[in-house]
Amino acid sequence: MGLSPRPEPRSVEATGGENWVTTRLDSLVNWARKNSLWPMPFGTACCAIEFMATAASKYDLARFGMERMSFSPRQADVLICAGRVPFKLAPVLRRIWQQMPQPKWCISMGACASSGGMFDNYAVVQGIDTIIPVDVYVPGCPPRPEGLMYGVLLLQEKVKQEHMGDEAIRREMEPDPKSGLYIPPAAIDELSEPFGNSVHQTRSGL
Amino acid sequence: MTSSPPVVRGGGATAAAPVTPHNVPREGAPANPTAAALRGKFGDAIRRVEVIWGETTVYVAREQLLEIVRWLHDDPEQQYDYLSDVTAVEFRDPERPLEVVWHLRSLPRRRFLRLKVELAKGAPLEVQSVWPVYRGADWLERECYDMFGIRFTGHPDLRRILMWEQYREGFPLRKDFPLRGRFSRAEQLRQALAANPEARYSMEELSIADAFEDLPDDMRQRLRAGERTGE
Repeated sequence: MGLSPRPEPRSVEATGGENWVTTRLDSLVNWARKNSLWPMPFGTACCAIEFMATAASKYDLARFGMERMSFSPRQADVLICAGRVPFKLAPVLRRIWQQMPQPKWCISMGACASSGGMFDNYAVVQGIDTIIPVDVYVPGCPPRPEGLMYGVLLLQEKVKQEHMGDEAIRREMEPDPKSGLYIPPAAIDELSEPFGNSVHQTRSGL
Repeated sequence: MTSSPPVVRGGGATAAAPVTPHNVPREGAPANPTAAALRGKFGDAIRRVEVIWGETTVYVAREQLLEIVRWLHDDPEQQYDYLSDVTAVEFRDPERPLEVVWHLRSLPRRRFLRLKVELAKGAPLEVQSVWPVYRGADWLERECYDMFGIRFTGHPDLRRILMWEQYREGFPLRKDFPLRGRFSRAEQLRQALAANPEARYSMEELSIADAFEDLPDDMRQRLRAGERTGE
């Protein structure tokens, strides 16, 4: 469960200076943000059931300030993609991500969202990081509520370390105009071929 | 073929209670009486009849499929009023033809019948649509076309239904289709993302013009006054 590296914070000394006020303000703003993340649940499969269990009374996601499910992307802070994403849903997921206002984060919940999981076939996206940028990957099939909560806590750690002076983390990522993808096609092919090139295999062995 | 009254019409006094069959042998169970009726009516168009686990499968000639289905639906002795599935099977043996399968059910007579048509490989995969008889065949045949590439002649709107309409990799359930698709992952993703997520429906599906007269009065008045529907 790794954190994808953000760009190095740009030095703000030259532009105005990072002084006691801005760093205090950083920690205040980050504290407020991390304790009031509003999730946009994008549940497509069994992970969504486990996500509901996480939000329900026993595990109680409200303890982390996440009890307000935002079913509109325009009022959401964190996209939780729970479940497999077929190719037909890929443009929908990307549009939802683009509709979310900055600052925004993304949790990829479960094996299928993170890597395609067992669905290594013609219909399923091999990891949503090929469509949208992902902050935290939660493994599991599906992850237990504790697993998702650990992912949420990791995301909160990440939010806590951000600087207001760093503009890079607020910049909307633009897909490459030629391919329409965020990451190079070769990288996608490499990411989504964990067992070598089986494109030429057929089920019938013909 | 002796005539038998429908089992549910007219209340429970004369109809026998339904019995769950037990200990049905794999072969040799009594065939659905419809099979004999079909043989008497259509003769050579009925290629063969199989009974496996008490379920009757009738292989019929491709050219007369619609005629046979229409008779099964309309004949008062048959009354197959429910089409529960249309699908197809492709076998590993490259010589063996594809089979298109229709599952018909007669609710008044509590009968189940499986119709099959064999489509030879190499020839165009075409079969008549049963949409003129069963409107519910619309999406079932679209799915069958989407997955196997079988063209249903006479279908009003034969498009892909599960895969997106610009899908160019072929027909996923055919044996010559690689499980991961024909294009690279990046190319698949690029093509999928190029699709407009809102351009999913044909104009016919979005239009309510055909059903306008069936709408409630108040809704018709509001629409006449220029109110827009949807987005």
